[in-house]
Amino acid sequence: MLAVSDLRIHYRTLSGSVKALDGVSFSVADGEIMGLAGESGCGKSTLGKALIRLEERMQYVGGEVSLDGAALPIADDRAMVPHRFRKISIVPQYAMSALNPTRRIGRMIDELLDSRGIRGATLRPELERRLAILGLAPDVLGMYPIELSGGMKQRVVMVLSTLLDPSLLIADEVTSALDVASQKKVAGALVEFRDRGFVKSMIVVTHDLAILAQIADSILIMYAGKLAEKAPTRTIIEAPAHPYTRLLLGSLPEVGIRFEERRLPGIKGRPPSLLAPPQGCRFRDRCPLAFDKCAVEPPFVEIAPGHQVACWKADAHAEG
Amino acid sequence: MLRYLARKLFIYLLTFIVAVTIDWAIPRFMPGNPVDALVSRIAMMPDANAALTSYFMAAFNLDQPLWQQYFNFWKALFNGDLGRSIMLFPTPVTTLIGRALPYTLGLLLPSILLSWYVGNMVGALAARRKILDNTVLPLGYLLTATPYMWLGILLAWLLGSVLGWFPLAFGYDQALKAEWTWRFFGSLVFHWVLPFASLFLVALGGWAIGMRNMIIYELESDYANYLQALGAPARLVRKYAFRNAMLPQITGLALQLGAVVGGALATEIVFSYPGLGWLVLSGIQNQDYFVIQGVFLFIIVGVLLANLIVDIVYVVVDPRTRVGLQGDAA
Repeated sequence: MLAVSDLRIHYRTLSGSVKALDGVSFSVADGEIMGLAGESGCGKSTLGKALIRLEERMQYVGGEVSLDGAALPIADDRAMVPHRFRKISIVPQYAMSALNPTRRIGRMIDELLDSRGIRGATLRPELERRLAILGLAPDVLGMYPIELSGGMKQRVVMVLSTLLDPSLLIADEVTSALDVASQKKVAGALVEFRDRGFVKSMIVVTHDLAILAQIADSILIMYAGKLAEKAPTRTIIEAPAHPYTRLLLGSLPEVGIRFEERRLPGIKGRPPSLLAPPQGCRFRDRCPLAFDKCAVEPPFVEIAPGHQVACWKADAHAEG
Repeated sequence: MLRYLARKLFIYLLTFIVAVTIDWAIPRFMPGNPVDALVSRIAMMPDANAALTSYFMAAFNLDQPLWQQYFNFWKALFNGDLGRSIMLFPTPVTTLIGRALPYTLGLLLPSILLSWYVGNMVGALAARRKILDNTVLPLGYLLTATPYMWLGILLAWLLGSVLGWFPLAFGYDQALKAEWTWRFFGSLVFHWVLPFASLFLVALGGWAIGMRNMIIYELESDYANYLQALGAPARLVRKYAFRNAMLPQITGLALQLGAVVGGALATEIVFSYPGLGWLVLSGIQNQDYFVIQGVFLFIIVGVLLANLIVDIVYVVVDPRTRVGLQGDAA
């Protein structure tokens, strides 16, 4: 069980702090696969990364994170080390280049485990079993990363990241660089890992709502460093309450419609700059439903069990 | 692997032939003629000159057409015969080279290998200590931008002339006889320090900067980030980064070899050090075709061999080249 409350992460830049995460609160239950979606620059990747390791230019400003009831000291790089890999792990966006190119994969894994005080040999059978689940022969452990295809490397990284049965796995844009067939395999593997108990819960960061519709139990939509809406996947797809969620879904192609005849609508305008974000609702400028009250920031409130929205008009729409 | 080696060897062979041809041609493009110089030195009676000239032209086979000289050169080369020196007639060029070679190797090998090793270590340290970085980086740029000859002169002036710690010229004390005594050996080392230091220092700066930049690049690479996200200690990440950063440095070593040989020539000339550089300079001054050819041939062979060794080492240390080979063979 992950609980995040009022998390604020800024990026230090020459022109000031970019407020990439500006007060974010949510939780992920045990066994839950939570999709985290939004357009580029909304803070979803920052959120994913911040939970495991702050990059040098990322600045912790405030907020608390707890995992399985214990506080995660995410602001303290050193104190986070014992949690990494064992309690919280990541499949990074760059999984294709995440393995040291000049080490045989098996040896690299052994050296990594060894550096964390674990004998690689004792985990070897389990490692091979898990590789087999994803259709990889044990031979890959004797190979160099360059000898594997992109999809194979990605699967190796997935197995390695979850080898110590972490409580939380962050999957950061894991399907973005893959062809559709591989996407499907990787998405299936994520669900399988959860079902087999290799990981308790998962945050799947992506801009691809179609993938989330297949695998996520719930979806969290972010916009401009803030949370817009969180709900079970079905609710998000069938009855979204936030106008941004609806426009986002409306931008997706549907099967059976010929887009020569009807253009995909898309969302007009651009997200605001996070150097100095505007007061009130951040989606106001692009929102077709905006009215006077939107000058005040809407709270992220529960409008139905498990369904939270940050929009003044959400109630009315959920009903209608 | 075999195919890769065969292809490499073929390329090296081609390079060798072209380089040797140029080596043969260059002295012949120089204005003047070695025999004239030789004759003017030994002849006293003007009418004897013509006879002597034609005699020596024939003796050195310089009266034959150029293409014939070219083939003679290759034929002699395969018999290990580099001809006889004109300035120190009739000493064979191989003897002259044999005498000069220990001095050049004694200068080059330690300076190349030590500067490479020390430079990489200093660079790797600088990559993670701010204070070191702020001092090593400017100093490194200064050193690497310094011409060999200029640094040599500076060292000779400061440590030789002003402080008088080290001798200014020659391979050993000219008052001593060349024999294996402790005194002679001490004199050798004493005379070796300044030319060695100038070669070592110039090369050191370049290596340190290269290594520092490579380590920083590697530490920001994806695999380093991933390892850190999985809680790997800095020790492991640095070990990987260091190993991977070494790869371009190995290539750099091969590339540098040619430049270092040039640097050694300049340095030897500054310190009147009796190595190949000194020999080639006197060869040029005396228009001694055979000495120039012979020395350059040695340098050509040396650089090619060193590059070949680096090529082979690379296959061992970088698995990616190995995969490339398999792809080629398939």
